[in-house]
Amino acid sequence: MELFSFIVAKADYWAYVILMMVGLYALIAKNNLVKKIVGMTIFQTAIILFYVSIGYKKGATIPILHHGSDHGGEALAAHGAHAAAHGTQEVAEQAAHAVAHAGEAAVKAMDYINPLPHVLMLTAIVVGVATLGVALALAMKVYKEYGTLEEDEINQQLRNG
Amino acid sequence: MTSNLPALVIIVPLLASLVAAGAGWFNRKAPFYIAVIALLISFISSVLLLAQVVATGVAIEYQMAGWPAPVGIVYVIDHLSAMVLVVITFVAFVNLIGNRQAVETEFKNKEGAFNALYVLFTAGLVGMTATGDAFNLYVLLEIASLSGYALIGLGSSRAPLATLNYLFLGTIGATFYLLGVGYLYIATGSLNMADLATIIPSMMNSSTILFAFIICLTGLLVKMAIFPVHGWLPGAYSESSTVSAGLIAPLTTKVTIYIMVRICLTLFTPEYTFGYIDPTDIMVAIAVASIIFGSLSALAQKDFKRMLSYIIIAEVGYMVGGFFLGNRMGVSGAILHIVNDAAMTLALFMAAGIFIWKTGDEKQSSLKGLYAKMPFTMAGFTLAALSVVGVPPTCGFFSKWYLISGGIAAGQYLFVGALIFSSLINAVLFFRIFEIALFEPFKSHHHAGDEEDKVESHHGETIVDPGVIESAQQYSGSDSHDHGAIVIKEPPLPMLVPFLGVCVLLLILGLYSGSIVNNIIHFAIPAGII
Repeated sequence: MELFSFIVAKADYWAYVILMMVGLYALIAKNNLVKKIVGMTIFQTAIILFYVSIGYKKGATIPILHHGSDHGGEALAAHGAHAAAHGTQEVAEQAAHAVAHAGEAAVKAMDYINPLPHVLMLTAIVVGVATLGVALALAMKVYKEYGTLEEDEINQQLRNG
Repeated sequence: MTSNLPALVIIVPLLASLVAAGAGWFNRKAPFYIAVIALLISFISSVLLLAQVVATGVAIEYQMAGWPAPVGIVYVIDHLSAMVLVVITFVAFVNLIGNRQAVETEFKNKEGAFNALYVLFTAGLVGMTATGDAFNLYVLLEIASLSGYALIGLGSSRAPLATLNYLFLGTIGATFYLLGVGYLYIATGSLNMADLATIIPSMMNSSTILFAFIICLTGLLVKMAIFPVHGWLPGAYSESSTVSAGLIAPLTTKVTIYIMVRICLTLFTPEYTFGYIDPTDIMVAIAVASIIFGSLSALAQKDFKRMLSYIIIAEVGYMVGGFFLGNRMGVSGAILHIVNDAAMTLALFMAAGIFIWKTGDEKQSSLKGLYAKMPFTMAGFTLAALSVVGVPPTCGFFSKWYLISGGIAAGQYLFVGALIFSSLINAVLFFRIFEIALFEPFKSHHHAGDEEDKVESHHGETIVDPGVIESAQQYSGSDSHDHGAIVIKEPPLPMLVPFLGVCVLLLILGLYSGSIVNNIIHFAIPAGII
């Protein structure tokens, strides 16, 4: 039972580690170059999911302050708290509605998810796509050169001259 | 203007890569000149920055877009990064101007793409060196890596496969680093290196920080191709075109080692790296394995560029081992070797470029009789080779001296032994080439060279210009008349002068290594390291 709660409490970490190992396995052990590329993408995606999960907080909402600009700095402090109080499943309009009526509540960091890891991952996703593109382009050139994408067949050709 | 130098160093090459890519559509010559000008501006800016840092003794902190430190991204130019910036921009600039003819023939109709990638690669490395933000470093690392993959992939017909292997391992390395940064962020809530350095000493015992350290370091070790994970390097470097290899081989591994130094000293602080974790024994053992493996494998190679690639693996071992000795001598030696090894590798790959350009193939056996045919080139090559071996007035000797002294001071005699062993192997390697090039008669090669030369010349313009044939007939009647094919002589001056300049620089770096250590490297190492 202890082991169970240990696993469940850190489910996101387990998920990313398993995904990462799946990717790493494919990257190292697969014979087909495209399968390796797929493995590489899974590997990168695992890290992206890891980052996304560390930014998430239960019961928190997206860090956007409604009407923030109306009253300058003072008004900034007046929003947000109640949106979270309605629970995680509330749709955005309801949250916005609640915030509009919140009035006196102060901004609490607790109520917002941390946007930074998510923003970082936008960059990492772009990097991942670029890597995938370069890898596929190279795989195409390999295919044109050897007529196959299986590594053992390519090595066979290389050995035979 | 001067206050914006840290931004200019990176932004100029970054924008130039876009402009060069576009200009390639309209004019075949323009991309080259755009690249050269951008690299020159970047080089001058980094020299000015180094001068400024050395003169004032204070690190320059540049806030990108004016956002202050923990929130925005800062670029930090201190002694160490200023020196590495100069190295990067110098290597990129000299290698490009020294290989203009080779670029024109090897990348015909791809000038725009090639020059854009070349400058983009440099921009990535420069950014990695200057940035003071752990995540920004990852992004720039990937910019440099991706353009590096593309540059290498443009090489020989076997290059794409070698590049793909490089890409797989490179991505594993970079992604591990990213994961490490993620754990650092979980533990500290910051990505700014200076900020992290103030937080980490208060959480020495955190296992999250320990994991972050190990994962970051593992990623960087994969990227720098140390022994067990070196597989990608020889293939990638020897199959790429010599121009690309001349850029990537001196810089990628060296900048990654700089990043390792930066992460271990600036980010994790020396108290944590050497005081708390104390990885000296295991890291030096890995370095020793890398040195011995690299040297022995180099001995088995017939291909000149492949041999140089294995020497690079051994050199990575020098620097990693020297750094993790953890004493001032060892760390100084490792940092000095970043500079020296970049210069030596550049010289050797430029020499390789000239040999391949002139003889049309990469085998050591095709170097026969070259001392008589191209005395200036071979003089420069000899100087570079002696520097790699570590003969006194050249720069290679001095960094090795520091490394060996550091090894003795730390009691790591295995490391000292490996360094001496590797120097001996290097001596064997290069004296074997000297012997081939000096004593073997030139004729026998000439037949073999014919075929290769034709292959080379159908890329586009023929290699022989009329002047060459004319002058060759004047002074070497027998050789050229027998075959009437390509005449081997000195490369054209625009190729020769930068090469010889780099070779002379090896001597200058050696003679002034004392002042480099006292004026720059001394300040780059935190006072905690004795």
